Amino acid sequence: MYRYDEFDERFLRERVAQFRSQVERRLDGSLSEEEFKPLRLKNGLYLQLHAYMLRIAVPYGTLNSKQLRQLAYIADTYDKGYGHFTTRQNLQFNWPKLKDVPDILDLLADVEMHCIQTSGNCIRNVTSDQFAGVAADEVEDPRPTAELLRQWSSLHPEFVWLPRKFKIAVTGAEHDRAAIMVHDIGLKLKRNEAGAVGYEVIVGGGLGRTPMIGKKIKDFLPKDELLAYLEAVMRVYNSEGRRDNKFKARVKILVHETGEEEFRARVEAEYAKLDGPTINAPAEEVERIAAYFAPPAYETLPEQSQALDTARAADPALDRFVEQNGFAHKQPGYIALTIALKEIGAVPGDMSADQMRAFADICERWSFDEFRVTHSQNLVLPHVRKDDVPAVFAALKAAGLASANAGLITDIIACPGLDYCALATAKSIPIAQAIAKTFADEARQREIGHLPIKISGCINACGHHHVGAIGILGLEKGGRENYQITVGGDATEHASLGERLGPGIDAEDVPGAIETIVSTYLAEKQGQESFIETVRRAGLEPFKAGFTDFVASRSSAQEAAE
Amino acid sequence: MTLITQHGAKDDAFTRIDSLEAARTAKGPVILPLALAAAAGGDRPDGAFGLSVPATTPVEEIAPFFDAAEIIAVEFPSFSDGRGLSLARRLRRAGFTKTLRASGPLIADEFADVLACGFDEVELPETMANRQPVQQWMAAKDAITDHYQTGYGERPSILQQRLAARKGATP
Repeated sequence: MYRYDEFDERFLRERVAQFRSQVERRLDGSLSEEEFKPLRLKNGLYLQLHAYMLRIAVPYGTLNSKQLRQLAYIADTYDKGYGHFTTRQNLQFNWPKLKDVPDILDLLADVEMHCIQTSGNCIRNVTSDQFAGVAADEVEDPRPTAELLRQWSSLHPEFVWLPRKFKIAVTGAEHDRAAIMVHDIGLKLKRNEAGAVGYEVIVGGGLGRTPMIGKKIKDFLPKDELLAYLEAVMRVYNSEGRRDNKFKARVKILVHETGEEEFRARVEAEYAKLDGPTINAPAEEVERIAAYFAPPAYETLPEQSQALDTARAADPALDRFVEQNGFAHKQPGYIALTIALKEIGAVPGDMSADQMRAFADICERWSFDEFRVTHSQNLVLPHVRKDDVPAVFAALKAAGLASANAGLITDIIACPGLDYCALATAKSIPIAQAIAKTFADEARQREIGHLPIKISGCINACGHHHVGAIGILGLEKGGRENYQITVGGDATEHASLGERLGPGIDAEDVPGAIETIVSTYLAEKQGQESFIETVRRAGLEPFKAGFTDFVASRSSAQEAAE
Repeated sequence: MTLITQHGAKDDAFTRIDSLEAARTAKGPVILPLALAAAAGGDRPDGAFGLSVPATTPVEEIAPFFDAAEIIAVEFPSFSDGRGLSLARRLRRAGFTKTLRASGPLIADEFADVLACGFDEVELPETMANRQPVQQWMAAKDAITDHYQTGYGERPSILQQRLAARKGATP
């Protein structure tokens, strides 16, 4: 993991002091509310429905036990004893008091954490693949790039007052787990024909009210030119992105309205004028950062673990957990484990302070003191010895963290929705809970297989519903909450946006509608096809037909009841 | 209006002019809107004038006046509109070396960024200067000592300082 040096340390301490003085200057009237608002947002502090919410950056989703224990302490001391992991691999506290926030920031700084740019019209927390450094299909570890970008984007003098928020994701693997096609900038590490490492640069993807798949504006950018090229992209966006309408202010709209070719030409023209060597990171600095992400001190082990095989044979629950939540590690004898924060009936992404402390112990003892946060609101133990998995499973079970449903229909992404959020038009957490209860039976979940459901409580799409294999969007219609169902979304390298199956439905009908969609899938499924593969092959028609019948049966049932 | 540089408050030597007529008669240095510069710039009795340009102006439209203009004032419509910052970078890159002024309702909290992007001074409406007096601007300017980005401001970036420290450590 990256560790702060004296420069990072001083930068962060000064940033905390700066925010403390900004709060004071708001209170003494130097700053108006209108002026203070973007300043507090750039420090992750939102005013929500019932209280302030503080969003803490988890850069590229990597944390250690000391940091998690500190988060547990903050949760107990300043919040209601829990935190909430978000779809940007961050952590939110939903109940802090404004007066406590500078103290919380000091506590975070003690463990090299911050809230810098977790909101506001600036470059947000850089996200990455939760299996970085683990996956076998990796060209290069994306974390050094993500850390370089974290530093470069922090309090950037020129790009702190952008037209709108700006999200960057980096992947180093063939299989895209970082959703780079639906980010403002997506970077994919790749090799060119000569074997050199560089980046494919995607610009202009995004979800929200106008979902778009990003456009490839550079097929191969030499690795050492990254910062200068990004400066060119950002300068074009900062200068030309729309500021007349906040709903049209994201870079995806600029790319769309300008046209892909013309946008690329403007970036290239700007890039040609830049003096790259004076902007790019020195090679020594890139190497210095990369050294922090060297593989941990693995033991030399056989790929197969006799101890684990024996334990799996004896314990069906352990067997299911490993089968479902295990991820192949490139180091023989090791495995990565997904911890689904998705117990049936729980709030997706929530973790209690007690669970944080228990999990901190587990990661310290069995995973080289490191864990990851995924954009699916789950956690990952990246480097577990297979021999240790039975003990890890027992410890996870004791902490209520051993749900064997990673990637299954009950592993649902949901935004906070109307339970917390000031923007929400409908509830999303209770919908996730109702679906999870409907499909609680483990054997049935396994029969249905990989099926990511994503729920957003408004069109801003924090729950990423557009790229859910099944997406659910909660709206308000005639004073009632109304849910639109989409099918066929995908956030991977096969990125696609889901399509609506039909009219919106009531909250109580959502679990039934999901049942109908699942029945259609199981009827249409050929061989070992996953849900999304069946949708791609069979098309939407059978799903639409089933959904239409479901809606008709529900309205006639309602008439009969009236 | 209050004028603030990195050293503190400063008297404004320039008068703002908004018509050709006024340009001919005004005494002392003036700042003209870009639209009047071609027509009025040559008429100035003592020759000295400055330009006022909206933050959306392309550099190519300003560059012909680089020699003649003593000062360029970039107009910020609001403190949260960052276009002027990119324009300043482009003006400096295109070779403008004289005074660059940021005009508009800016806040002290962005002073360091404004300076780092190439501006020399900020021209504030009086209402803003009353709420955020010069001392706040001086304090805000130094709130963060170093930045990560290379090529902004006078101090070497954190990345450059690390490199220098490393080279010093291994002679």
